[in-house]
Amino acid sequence: MRTFEGYRRANGSIGVRNHIIVINTVGELAGLTNKLAGLVPGVIPVVHQAGQSQYSEDSEQTIKTLEGTAGHANVSAALFLGMGSKDPAEGIVETLKKNGHHVHSIIFDKDKSITECLKDGKSWLENAMKRSKEEKTEKADISELIIGLECGGSDAWSGITANPSIGALSDLIVEDGGTSILAETTEAVGAEHILANRAVNQEVSNRFLEIVKRYEQRAKAVGEDIKAANPSPGNKTGGLTTLEEKSLGCIKKGGNSTLMEVIDYAHKPREKGFIFMDTPGYDVESVVGLVAGGAQIVLFSTGKGSPTGSPIAPVIKIGTNPKLYENMPEHIDVNAGKIIDQNYTIEQIGEEIYTKILQVANGESTASEKYKNHEFSIWRLAETQ
Amino acid sequence: MGQKVNAIKLDEKDNVAVALETLKVGETLSIKDGIEEITVLKKIAYGHKVAISSIPNDGKVIKYGECMGIATMDIAIGDHVHVLNVRGLTEEDKSFQKEVY
Repeated sequence: MRTFEGYRRANGSIGVRNHIIVINTVGELAGLTNKLAGLVPGVIPVVHQAGQSQYSEDSEQTIKTLEGTAGHANVSAALFLGMGSKDPAEGIVETLKKNGHHVHSIIFDKDKSITECLKDGKSWLENAMKRSKEEKTEKADISELIIGLECGGSDAWSGITANPSIGALSDLIVEDGGTSILAETTEAVGAEHILANRAVNQEVSNRFLEIVKRYEQRAKAVGEDIKAANPSPGNKTGGLTTLEEKSLGCIKKGGNSTLMEVIDYAHKPREKGFIFMDTPGYDVESVVGLVAGGAQIVLFSTGKGSPTGSPIAPVIKIGTNPKLYENMPEHIDVNAGKIIDQNYTIEQIGEEIYTKILQVANGESTASEKYKNHEFSIWRLAETQ
Repeated sequence: MGQKVNAIKLDEKDNVAVALETLKVGETLSIKDGIEEITVLKKIAYGHKVAISSIPNDGKVIKYGECMGIATMDIAIGDHVHVLNVRGLTEEDKSFQKEVY
């Protein structure tokens, strides 16, 4: 049985990291969030630009994402910075406290000086840091892991080397009782029937077809036709012939397992096994959704070397070609390019990724962690008010 | 790691392989865990597909173990499989596929 050492939280979940974060509810506080994090060594700033002037669906999505991030198993404690009387920070903190999370909020308002707010924040974070150092790890089974599956900066090799290898890994994790979540609805357009046919029942199948259709319609509403635009002339030069082939290259990150559930952006899966989350193709927003939904580790294939990381989850970079590994060795955690020039098989790289996941779950830093790639952005559905 | 391979078959069921390097006309295909000897009929750029079984006109092109397109003419073993001899799926093809899988 494959196991790892993790941090058990009050709500029962298990983390592979023990981060202290400071997170803003409104974009106006981005600068002060960075400043406050800088006052206590080791504290991570989780900074985004969304504000209070959002349509309700975006406002709900922002709150859901912030809740999922601050209440994540990889987070020991979270401090929210909010602003004004309508700020959602206090509400989020109240919800998270009910589930046993160590959280607090500081609201910037006319009644208190900024210096005072920063002083309060610093002192809370210092205590949280002290407390986190006393937290011990315990042995946990692989079935408690949720792995996010993502790609970004794809190239002609993504669908041939890295993505099928991630698919092989996904099948192994699912076999061992764990969960993997595939994302990027836009990338499934054209091959949606293939994933829909793999669904556990008609309801899940329909739900999947529905989110793909909704995505296509949203794109059409702003004058984009995903089906007509793909595969692009560049894709064709690279060897891709049809839209089905292009989408298969992406969705094969989910291997061949049965699709158990389709979830909304930043929502937590209720089922175990292979899951699909409705996210955009933009890698930063997609990773943020996967992590807010509970993924403790993210697998990320890249052909061009996208540096996207996460403030709270280790992102394991899988390089698709030997050239990338040669030029950016410090940035790639697993070199799937070995399939091209060293005779490795997809299954062998799948096993290598599994080994890497266990090492990372046990505390080994990924390249994106070493470089502190803390990208954070929330998927917006509408315009700003 | 044994003999150098120049193409990869992504799934057992596939009737195409993907070239891992640019293949010249007359070159022999070498795929890991080997299949019978195939001679490349056209130049195949790396990342492009080569037929490893003959695919009849209207037959399915299988990659990743899934149908990724329909042949628009007979495709011989060793031939280049691309936009000139393959089309994408129509809604009808897709519903047909549902019965198969």
